[in-house]
Amino acid sequence: MTIKTVLEAVHDAMQEEMRRDETVFVMGEDIGARGGVFLATEGFLQEFGENRVIDTPLAESSIAGVALGAAMHGMRPIAEIEFGDFIWPTINQIVGEAAKVRYGTKGKLNAPMVLRAPHGGGVRGALYHSQSVEAFFAHTPGLKVVTPSTPYDAKGLLKSAIRDDDPVIFLEHKRTYRLVRGEVPDDEYTLPIGKADLKREGSDVTIITYGLMLHHCLEAAETVEMDDIDVEVLDLRTVRPLDTDAILATTRKTGKVLIVHEDNKALGIGAEVSAIISENAFEYLDGPVARLAGPEIPAMPFAPPLEDMYMIDSEKIANSIRQLAEY
Amino acid sequence: MAEQTSDHENGAFERAVRAAADSGITKPTISESSSTNQESSKTRLSNKKAPDSPDLLSMYRRMVLCRTLDERIWMLNRQGKAAIMASSQGHEAGQIGSVEALQKGYDQFYIYYRDLAVLLELGLTPTEIIKGFVAKEGEPLSGARQFPTHGAHPEYGIINLSNVVATHIPQGVGAALSAKMKGENRVVIIYFGDGASSAGDCHEAMNFAAIHKLPVIFFCENNKYAISVPLKNQMAVGSVASRAEGYGMPGIEVDGCDIIAVYEATFEAAQRARSGQGPSLIEAQVERYLPHTSDDDDSIYRSQEEIEEAKKRDPLKMLKDLLYSSEVLDEEQEELINKDARQIVNEATEEAEDAPYPETDDFFKHVVGDSSV
Amino acid sequence: MKIELPQVGESVTEGIIGKWLVAVGDKVEKYDPIVEVVTDKVAMELPSPVSGTLREIIALEGETIPMGGIIADIESENEEATPTNAKENQPDLEAHSKPGKEIGTTGILLKDVAPVGPTGSGGIIDSTSSQGDRDRKTRIIYSPAVMRLAEIHDVNLEMVTGSGRNGRVTKKDLQNFIDSEKTPVDSKNVDRDDKKSANTDSVPTENTYPNVLGNNEEKITLSPVRKIIASNMVKSATLIPQAWSLVEVDVNGLVELRNKVKDDFQKREKVNLTYLPFVLKAVSESLKEIPLLNSSWNEDSIILKHQINLGIAVAAPDGLVVPVIENADALSISGLAHKLDDLTTRAREGKLTVSDVQSGTFTVNNTGALGSIASQPLVNYPQAGIITTEAIVKRPVVVNDAIAIRSIMNICLSFDHRIIDGEQASGFNRSVKDRLESINLNTQIY
Repeated sequence: MTIKTVLEAVHDAMQEEMRRDETVFVMGEDIGARGGVFLATEGFLQEFGENRVIDTPLAESSIAGVALGAAMHGMRPIAEIEFGDFIWPTINQIVGEAAKVRYGTKGKLNAPMVLRAPHGGGVRGALYHSQSVEAFFAHTPGLKVVTPSTPYDAKGLLKSAIRDDDPVIFLEHKRTYRLVRGEVPDDEYTLPIGKADLKREGSDVTIITYGLMLHHCLEAAETVEMDDIDVEVLDLRTVRPLDTDAILATTRKTGKVLIVHEDNKALGIGAEVSAIISENAFEYLDGPVARLAGPEIPAMPFAPPLEDMYMIDSEKIANSIRQLAEY
Repeated sequence: MAEQTSDHENGAFERAVRAAADSGITKPTISESSSTNQESSKTRLSNKKAPDSPDLLSMYRRMVLCRTLDERIWMLNRQGKAAIMASSQGHEAGQIGSVEALQKGYDQFYIYYRDLAVLLELGLTPTEIIKGFVAKEGEPLSGARQFPTHGAHPEYGIINLSNVVATHIPQGVGAALSAKMKGENRVVIIYFGDGASSAGDCHEAMNFAAIHKLPVIFFCENNKYAISVPLKNQMAVGSVASRAEGYGMPGIEVDGCDIIAVYEATFEAAQRARSGQGPSLIEAQVERYLPHTSDDDDSIYRSQEEIEEAKKRDPLKMLKDLLYSSEVLDEEQEELINKDARQIVNEATEEAEDAPYPETDDFFKHVVGDSSV
Repeated sequence: MKIELPQVGESVTEGIIGKWLVAVGDKVEKYDPIVEVVTDKVAMELPSPVSGTLREIIALEGETIPMGGIIADIESENEEATPTNAKENQPDLEAHSKPGKEIGTTGILLKDVAPVGPTGSGGIIDSTSSQGDRDRKTRIIYSPAVMRLAEIHDVNLEMVTGSGRNGRVTKKDLQNFIDSEKTPVDSKNVDRDDKKSANTDSVPTENTYPNVLGNNEEKITLSPVRKIIASNMVKSATLIPQAWSLVEVDVNGLVELRNKVKDDFQKREKVNLTYLPFVLKAVSESLKEIPLLNSSWNEDSIILKHQINLGIAVAAPDGLVVPVIENADALSISGLAHKLDDLTTRAREGKLTVSDVQSGTFTVNNTGALGSIASQPLVNYPQAGIITTEAIVKRPVVVNDAIAIRSIMNICLSFDHRIIDGEQASGFNRSVKDRLESINLNTQIY
């Protein structure tokens, strides 16, 4: 085991996969000589050359579209969208096209591609460097959407995403990049896409979350220990496909579920998780399924007090836990 | 694959001759100079004064078949049997001439919805194609999940994923990137209309392909209408091909009704692509004789006179005149060709209509792969 | 101005509204009592925080209101008359919960204080007042999980005390209830059976009967005190696995001593000297000797109490109350007699204050005063034990191999078997017995 940051884990996962499989390559803006704006591909150009490390024009639709074409013809592209906020031009190629390749050809073609994007806020990024984008993609059958929270998960899941035979949207929270450190095995490993992970066991209240929020949730869970509230924390890790079994298992265990995500609440991941629970575990509920999520404003403002108001922290989570526990 | 590339031209001729022979339409009238080499065959194609080459006659037969099939499908729509139809009438020479210049079964064909002749040329049977229009079991591209002519046939190199115009252009560029990275000598031809040339994806794709000198032929079938929008409302420049310069690639305008001109232009572009010189943009000036689709009424925006004028450039008529003037084709033979085409299409229609609809068993299959999560 | 039910007592979470002392439209002066509020086992009168006119009564008699909940609206003298929004004033679930949230410690710490919370009921008691329908809407909400568990385990939910918001029965409450039913009690099966019947008796809710009364039946509306007693008894019976033990005490020496000094004592001290102060003294000293009896069960731990605060069960006109003598071990028999007199007098007059009934750590019940010679008390939740002193009767007993007539008193101990095993319980009984039997004419009462 070695202590790594999420960024190092992402870097290592791609590097190892590119060494392992010649069909894997990276493309995106500034990923060559610059090594990516976050340095996720630092040193790749030197090691793998410009044929497999492609600095693309500043044109996101073609980044996605070209990657999709290459993927349909035997390559495993990892396309980087510099910031999640710039991902919208790819919606047509990803949601409209990549997601439908397999179904629309009745399995004759498939698109083993990864679209990576740093996303999320709390980094003084304002409207266009803070957005959460997962719900838009997670709505789409044919896609997989991965939202890791720890270095261990990021590496194991990214390797799986690269090896996956379908398009995977891999969303890395910017704030986790350097702030979250954790043990990563030195040996080869992968983690299954679509499997949630119980990050903390408890008996009174379940928190279902993913991404950066996991860390705030774990902190809040410790805080409310003093209130004698025993919190279980389920990290979804993948928001499509959702791990229905894990969601229902923890619901049946505690009967009280709080869903926490940074993305805004309406029609978000929490709405789906909540619906899954009420459809399948209604008789196990001991309280309303609660959601703590981003506010219904278009995006995160810049000024610190405004950003703080947007962001969910462990204190807000602890309060929500207490309310639900008290119910 | 390298072998295929090296003997490409012989291969094209031989296949043309064989196709004519196999079709059973008529006995192939192979000229005494059929043992061709690369130079002579090209000369013959280029030389309109010597139109007696067997491939031209064969091409004519295939054009007739395509036109007959196209007319039949339009009728099936009018009978309420085919839900939708985008006619290729007026585009046949551009499509058959370009495919003829490429390697079937090796090169990749990113087509769009008005490419009926490309499908036939690449190997789909009339029965399979009609099955697409009547959405029957055995439709080979998407299992009748998609609109007619959509889906993919990897063995034939056919990819036609989307109804969203121009989205396939960057994908075709990606296919070419893949070919380049793998060191293959494959060419990707991307067919699209004049309307698609306005899309941002078209620009992004051409720019990308040119930067990386990818083996791509951007093949614009300019029929001067995007549904109802005429060219003057589509672009301020005189031609699509003129834009190529801005990307750093050759732009070639060609008479898309002249099958030989199309063949030559495409062949040159393919050579450029295979030799690592990058993409080309061919703009084939074609005609559209029917409304955009069976759901469109072009009388609202287009005069009958204009259409009659366009029909003077009917690619079938142009090739037929050439074959007549060269005495390769006579009335008796023409009637035989027409009769055989009708018979093929009749049988195909019957077979396709008799086929069952697809089972619903696999409705949920192929959303994501079974092997993947 | 909205009048809130103020936070009183460290672990009190809610109160039951008693009689309103002022009517809508009445003028009130600041500090005038406006309403009776019953918490735990006492009534208190809530003083008005402002001078003004009572505009609206929001919490009606019989309603359970969390601390911080809004109970009335007074138009204060300095306040412009503003139309009140009836809906906003409705003491519904939301209105109840919001103030609790702001206060933070009450609602939020509800689970935390559950083992020591003296009230926290309400959920199990269905009011028969005219507000019954509204009460049901706001209180009797069982979650799907609770209903499912109740069905599986065949539990009558009326038997379960709720610790959730507004007394809602949570899944955890029910699980605890089920677990306590399952707790093996070894040889104490008799005890368990009795406990069950005690449960049923102590929760005479209308819901256990058909809605239509028979010709020979009459419905008695529950008083606030009755509700609290019922709730506490259910808690005791359902949450505490109790065992029971009885010993005979030869109190000949005690009787002699008391007979000798009681008249002088009465003259000098102006209070009666009963047997009870002697018992309280003995119990306090025995609790010091065996401190485990002076404790509370707390999920996965036991909370030992360093203060010996003895609760004394007193039959007040409205029902049972248990005032507390704090630091009973520090008082002499005389001091205990004075304290006892004060508390029982005020209890019977309904003048106990909240602080009089708080913080008991062990309870003594003089059931002998009613003629009983053996009883099986329910532990005063969340304490660990309760001891009764039974009637003193003259009985022939064997003393030094000869039959003698002696004054004999039984003492009965019920205890939380999770905390205390038979060995400690017997040790405690023996200790009390030894202390009482050693009392003689030389025993100091000052």
